[in-house]
Amino acid sequence: MSRDSALVSADWAEKNLDTPGVVFVEVDEDTTAYDGGHIPGAVKLDWKQDLQDPVRRDFVNQEQFSALLSEKGISNDDVVVLYGGNNNWFAAYAYWYFKLYGHEQVKLIDGGRKKWELDARTYTKDVPSRAKTTYVAKEPDLSIRAFRDEVVQAIGVKNLVDVRSPDEFAGRLLAPAHLPQEQSQRGGHIPTAISVPWSKAANEDGTFKSDEELKKIYGDAGLDGSKDTIAYCRIGERSSHTWFVLRELLGQENVKNYDGSWTEYGSLIGVPIALGDEPGKA
Amino acid sequence: MTTPSNIADGCAAPDQSAPLPASVDLEKETVITGIVSNAEGEAVGGAYVRLLDSSGEFTAEVVTSPEGVFRFFAAPGSWTLRALSRAGNGDLAVDATRGVNEVALAVAAA
Repeated sequence: MSRDSALVSADWAEKNLDTPGVVFVEVDEDTTAYDGGHIPGAVKLDWKQDLQDPVRRDFVNQEQFSALLSEKGISNDDVVVLYGGNNNWFAAYAYWYFKLYGHEQVKLIDGGRKKWELDARTYTKDVPSRAKTTYVAKEPDLSIRAFRDEVVQAIGVKNLVDVRSPDEFAGRLLAPAHLPQEQSQRGGHIPTAISVPWSKAANEDGTFKSDEELKKIYGDAGLDGSKDTIAYCRIGERSSHTWFVLRELLGQENVKNYDGSWTEYGSLIGVPIALGDEPGKA
Repeated sequence: MTTPSNIADGCAAPDQSAPLPASVDLEKETVITGIVSNAEGEAVGGAYVRLLDSSGEFTAEVVTSPEGVFRFFAAPGSWTLRALSRAGNGDLAVDATRGVNEVALAVAAA
């Protein structure tokens, strides 16, 4: 994987709106953004309604994902081009998700909705109608998804990258600052995790920094290129953004996203937690 | 309209012009809220407002409502608000205390 295969510019997107075999997909948690205007031809995916199981705490399984994409009119051989709000957090999450279920050609629009908005490009409220398909998801690729036991065993062994804000890392805030702070889980971070907020990887307009800048950011923060890496945040979407940077842009191997993230880890009985700005000891 | 239950679950920004959910305890929360306006004093909807901590590090970002309203749940201390929009950009330093902190954030073309 590399920048050329994983990322497209807003210009490229605008020139390929009508290209056959290219499907634009907006992914958000709050889909009122899509309803108020979206990239022409784009279909919408709701991060919560479409991608999370309605009962169990997990995401949709292989059959549910197949049914969802069939319903949306997406084929296995389509080039899926994702974008969204929140600096592409949920689009990056969906990208990880498409990869998990083995979709071959997935791309992210650099800068997502924000770049599109700030560039004053065209939106439409027209919802496209796409003929249903028979999408077949592959077996989930668990080489890119981390679960809690593996995370606990990774303390002091693998690279753990906490991509939340510094105040969440230290335990001073329990959620991003646009959300109420009362939460059931404890504050802090996984011991030995390095703090590299996802936002370090992005420019102010939501586009990704250059490969050279990105390598320096993670290198300076102490990421060891010879070790496997697990990224986490609060609910797994900001860490998808960092997973995308490390694996898809920088081509690092063995990078997993821990989608249980702090809402799971911070609720576990008996696991170690570190407080303050330093990684802490194993 | 975003319900309090999915505010707690997700990371996306709730509806910025909605009333504070009843579950929000202002004895505990530090709310920074206000309106983004342009040089003519008109509200700017669809602006991207980010909250930066005292070291300038990104903490959160929301999109203003059609009425230009934004809102953050922070902690007492020094923060910087930065807005990006089609109408231009702007910054504002805020010393927040517990409860509701109301501010006005102006943007102008560079």
